[in-house]
Amino acid sequence: MGEIVAARRVSKVFKTGKGAVEALRDIDLTIDPGEFVSLIGPSGCGKSTLLRLVGDLLTPTAGELVVNGKTPAQSRLDHDYGIAFQKATLLDWRTAIENVELPLELMNVGRDQRRARATEMLEMVELGEFVNANPWQLSGGMQQRVAIARALALRPPLLLMDEPFGALDEMTRESMQQELLRIWRETDTTIIFVTHSIPEAVFLSTRVVVMASRPGRIVDSMPVDLSHPRGVDTREDERFYTTLTEVREALRGR
Amino acid sequence: MVGERMTASPDHRAGTAGVGRLAPAAVALIALVGLWEAAVRLLQIEAFLLPAPSAVFTEFVADASVIWSAGFKTLIEAVGGLVAGTIGGILVAFVVARWEAVRLGAMPFAAAVNAMPIVAVAPITIALFGLTNPVSRMAVVALMVFFPVMINTTRGLLSADANELELMRSYGASGWSILRRVRIPSAHPYFFSALKIVVPLSLIGAIVSEYFGGPQDVLGQYITNRAQLFQFPDAWAAMLVAAILGIGMYSLVLLAERLVMPWHVSVRTSDQR
Ligand SMILES: Nc1ncnc2c1ncn2[C@@H]1O[C@H](COP(=O)(O)OP(=O)(O)OP(=O)(O)O)[C@@H](O)[C@H]1O
Ligand SMILES: [Mg+2]
Repeated sequence: MGEIVAARRVSKVFKTGKGAVEALRDIDLTIDPGEFVSLIGPSGCGKSTLLRLVGDLLTPTAGELVVNGKTPAQSRLDHDYGIAFQKATLLDWRTAIENVELPLELMNVGRDQRRARATEMLEMVELGEFVNANPWQLSGGMQQRVAIARALALRPPLLLMDEPFGALDEMTRESMQQELLRIWRETDTTIIFVTHSIPEAVFLSTRVVVMASRPGRIVDSMPVDLSHPRGVDTREDERFYTTLTEVREALRGR
Repeated sequence: MVGERMTASPDHRAGTAGVGRLAPAAVALIALVGLWEAAVRLLQIEAFLLPAPSAVFTEFVADASVIWSAGFKTLIEAVGGLVAGTIGGILVAFVVARWEAVRLGAMPFAAAVNAMPIVAVAPITIALFGLTNPVSRMAVVALMVFFPVMINTTRGLLSADANELELMRSYGASGWSILRRVRIPSAHPYFFSALKIVVPLSLIGAIVSEYFGGPQDVLGQYITNRAQLFQFPDAWAAMLVAAILGIGMYSLVLLAERLVMPWHVSVRTSDQR
């Protein structure tokens, strides 16, 4: 089995009323279990599309994609991944905790266990006091944290995260990054993380995958040589800055 | 567009109706009734044009037992038809929302029928079920209620947010589970909008069907009989009863809406502004 994601010459073309959009061309990407991979690239380069392909929310137009040793569809049905979208997407008719319980409910986890697990997850994202709040009573950032708690609730082997911290203020963002790294280290989760922020990508990842658009493709894949655990010191590290520069240059097309 | 008239989108009002908010309406009502009374007396308007509110109220009290018992019989027809039409509308909406082929085939006709004046079928249902049978009136009401409920509920079931559906899909949720957890809650606001339209419609349907004949002890017959005898204050008193029944039913819908979907923008209790 080996890798958790294996993409070979994967392409995705969207057919729209105004013709075809080539969102991704010939994507080759393998991700090993335990990696933390960031996808970075200009808007519209196909980052979300790639994540959706892995999650079987879209099907490739061409190429071969294996997730967790199975077809993406089988992985989805086996609850092999948790997903956090660009938008929080909470169900308005459920309280915060009921939203976090949703995936557990669909896995037929018992009521008490569900409650306990969801409470734990909400405390982890520092929303312990808002367990019974309704989504519309939460700020955008808080809603996004509920969505992250929900994605983590099942302890999936693979986490797909699409700009999950985009709506957060700098302070919360940094503490969420720290939390996410802690969860990643403590569990054997593999994370694919889409972001627009170079420092965020470098700080979090073991590898940064740089993409370009028109057509969407991978232009570089750079390992991040920074030791774990990472924290405030990491951001001061000289290698942190050299990696930032490397990624920035790769994004510019060198 | 044909039939668009009867479909309604959920209204996004922030609604907190405290007693204080009713005060302006109460004042307006008193002022209106006062003005009406004054106008009738000062301008000496004939009773067949417009009876004074005091005259209407006198009959409303004097003939109370007859009017209310007629009102109750009419109410039963309205509610019977309302329940049947609503249940039918919901059931068909599930089928129509589930199968696109059914939807494409059925919806244009539903929209067309919905645009027709359905009360006009009353003579036919009377012929079918019999003049004295309340079912002939209930059938008219049920038909009037069915289409708006069916059309709106279908739209509601199909209105579920694409992101929410994708989320459920990511969990490998079954169609039934998606229906229960996302589609039905999404349809609630649409369903209640329909209910707010059809509740007054059900009384209209019942009373107008009664105009076509049948038992004498119902509101529609009471109104026609008294009007023919030039007892206009009596007729108006009967309309007052119809109004009270309509407002009562409408209030029940508002209450149910608050209980069933406290999460929706239109009924949220916390401050929205
Ligand atoms: N459902 C769709 N139908 C048609 N075109 C689509 C669809 N989804 C994405 N696209 C197109 O595919 C391309 C890649 O979109 P995608 O959302 O993956 O970009 P992205 O890298 O996530 O961008 P952003 O950083 O702005 O989120 C874009 O040109 C977009 O217009
Ligand atoms: Mg995106």
